[in-house]
Amino acid sequence: MAELTLVEAVNLALARALEIDPDVVVFGEDIGINGGVFRATLGLQARYGKERVMDTPLSETLIAGMAIGMAAQGLKPVAEIQFMGFIYPTLDQILSHAARLRNRTRGRLHCPMVLRAPYGGGIHAPEHHSESTEALFAHIPGLRVVIPSSPLRAYGLLLAAIFDPDPVIFLEPKRIYRMVKEAVADDGQALPLDVCFRLRDGSDVTLVTWGAMTHETLQAADRLAQEGISAEVIDVATIKPIDSATILESVAKTGRCVIVHEAARACGVGAEIAAQLAEHGLMSLYAPVQRVTGYDTIMPLFRLEQHYLPTSARIVTAAKRTLEAA
Amino acid sequence: MARADSFADGNSITPPPRQFGQARRVAHFEIKYLQYLNHLGEVAEELPEFAQERGQLLALYRAMVLTRTFDKKAIALQRTGKLGTYASSLGQEAAAVGVGAAMAKQDVLLPAYREYGAQFLRGVSMTEILLYWGGDERGMNYGAQAEDFPICVPIATHAPHAVGVAYAMKLRGQARVAVCALGDGATSKGDFYEAVNIAGAWQLPLVFIVNNNQWAISVSRAAQTRAETLAQKAIAAGIPGEQVDGNDVIAVRERVAQALDTARHGGGPRLIEALTYRMGDHTTADDASRYRPGDEVEQQRQYDPIARLHKYLARCGEWSQQQDDALYAECEAKVDAAVKDYLATPAVAPESMFDYLYEKLPVALRTQRESLSSQGESGNG
Ligand SMILES: Cc1ncc(C[n+]2csc(CCOP(=O)(O)OP(=O)(O)O)c2C)c(N)n1
Ligand SMILES: [Mg+2]
Repeated sequence: MAELTLVEAVNLALARALEIDPDVVVFGEDIGINGGVFRATLGLQARYGKERVMDTPLSETLIAGMAIGMAAQGLKPVAEIQFMGFIYPTLDQILSHAARLRNRTRGRLHCPMVLRAPYGGGIHAPEHHSESTEALFAHIPGLRVVIPSSPLRAYGLLLAAIFDPDPVIFLEPKRIYRMVKEAVADDGQALPLDVCFRLRDGSDVTLVTWGAMTHETLQAADRLAQEGISAEVIDVATIKPIDSATILESVAKTGRCVIVHEAARACGVGAEIAAQLAEHGLMSLYAPVQRVTGYDTIMPLFRLEQHYLPTSARIVTAAKRTLEAA
Repeated sequence: MARADSFADGNSITPPPRQFGQARRVAHFEIKYLQYLNHLGEVAEELPEFAQERGQLLALYRAMVLTRTFDKKAIALQRTGKLGTYASSLGQEAAAVGVGAAMAKQDVLLPAYREYGAQFLRGVSMTEILLYWGGDERGMNYGAQAEDFPICVPIATHAPHAVGVAYAMKLRGQARVAVCALGDGATSKGDFYEAVNIAGAWQLPLVFIVNNNQWAISVSRAAQTRAETLAQKAIAAGIPGEQVDGNDVIAVRERVAQALDTARHGGGPRLIEALTYRMGDHTTADDASRYRPGDEVEQQRQYDPIARLHKYLARCGEWSQQQDDALYAECEAKVDAAVKDYLATPAVAPESMFDYLYEKLPVALRTQRESLSSQGESGNG
């Protein structure tokens, strides 16, 4: 079994999907001969041809809108937006059409498309290349927003997204594209959508996160363990619709919760999780829910990005705060 | 400052002789305008083959009359509180009917919102259109049209969809064409340009119909763009663009059929600008007298698409007043029946707002659906 990075696992899932289903098409800017700016589509055009793996012009609205038209015709388009910073023109297509097509037509047409984009900070990228704006999409009814945090989950969740009959925004945490390797079997097995993954069992505090922050959160759990604090770590993975049952169940056990995300705090997905805990889990909480997030500032250029991004130290501090409270 | 020639050493350089004003012309274009029947119902150009057949012309005439009858009824329903805001197609019947008549069943229409004449010919029912404007999603579940897109309100956003539909057809080697209808206002939008551009680059089986009715709500055609024609916007994308008299149903039918034929056989996309006029308000929520001189509308009456074909048919001795009256009565009856069906459509279940969001309702939404159910008649409390 090959040891793969997250971006290699994305590539493997795309290849597998192209291999097993002639309706799968992959397209975006520079994804053909160049293999994508992060090489997520490396070699796919050579293997599956220019008709099914094609470079588009610089037209983000078109990329998303075209995917909708293809999906309505029964293709399974997997479109790449080069960076999340350039995804915003697609919001109109995603919100006004992709997420609504099934509902508008009472199921006559539907939209099995995937829009992939690398996102997040920490790679010393230029302006507009580091934001985490997943909450914009998580607010949209009819949509799925899926974020892998490891090579295994990138492979399994991307396959699930491609074969899901409804539109999926698939956000790839580019900071951890090549951070770790993991054995990934190319078995074509999808992982379930709409469920959280419990990465570590614990009894004192629940740490809830997704994407690249899973890394810092696991580090924080290690440090807490050294101090005798048992942290449960949950990777939300599908942030829309959100599996709050798993989170509530965990917090019912630990009585404490820290939510960690890279995105700005206000109206972030963490706010939704905190609200769910307030509505349905208040009685099991020993301490106020803590959020460790990016600040409500413009994502700074890279000289300051390490100050913006949550660190494991901040997560440890927040977790301890929940333990001090009770 | 020292003058340059103060450095002259006497060996001055003589530049080679140059001629100016010799810039080469590297591209040029022309836009053709086609009309077969002028507004007096006279033949302005030798009629295409199909128009030699009485039956074909009568079918077009009938479809236009039905569309207008429907339109009048819809406005009346809105005025009496039985329909929501409605966008009239008054005056634009030929531009829609010509498209619908030219298309093959297996093609896919991506309409804006004034193409009822095309939609009816493609099997969309009048009841469905009424349901849509009556605030009911079931009006987009076209029973007899599995693949056509529903009405598109966000202007020009369906142009990229048409690209995707056409791409799927081309990839699968099907002899089918996507037809995207837009307004003049839509041609100012980026989505339109992005779609036209790629349709050219990829030579897709895609026909754009620009229904230039001279207004985008209150913004006149002249205020929208300095371009002489909207058809020429296609030229920039390397695809043919042309104008037709959009009130001449023969011209629309013929040129769209030609474009479809080309596209169907691998000849690539085309854009047809149909010159027409919005005789009514933008919608029933609009009052065009705020921005549009009344005499402009009066002036436009003479170009009416239905009167024009009627004149031609009558002149050919093919159509008596009696037949005309019978046709109008028949259309009235059809529309009345559709209205009856519309008004008798059983109420939609509130829970249906959850039932078509995803293929399967996510667990996360179950309690919301249940809480809606338990509210019964009282609404969201
Ligand atoms: C993107 C977008 N902006 C604004 C509107 C509001 N609006 C509805 S129709 C319209 C004018 C459209 O003009 P045109 O494309 O010429 O079509 P017509 O209504 O004349 O058929 C506007 C501005 C809209 N529906 N979509
Ligand atoms: Mg207009």
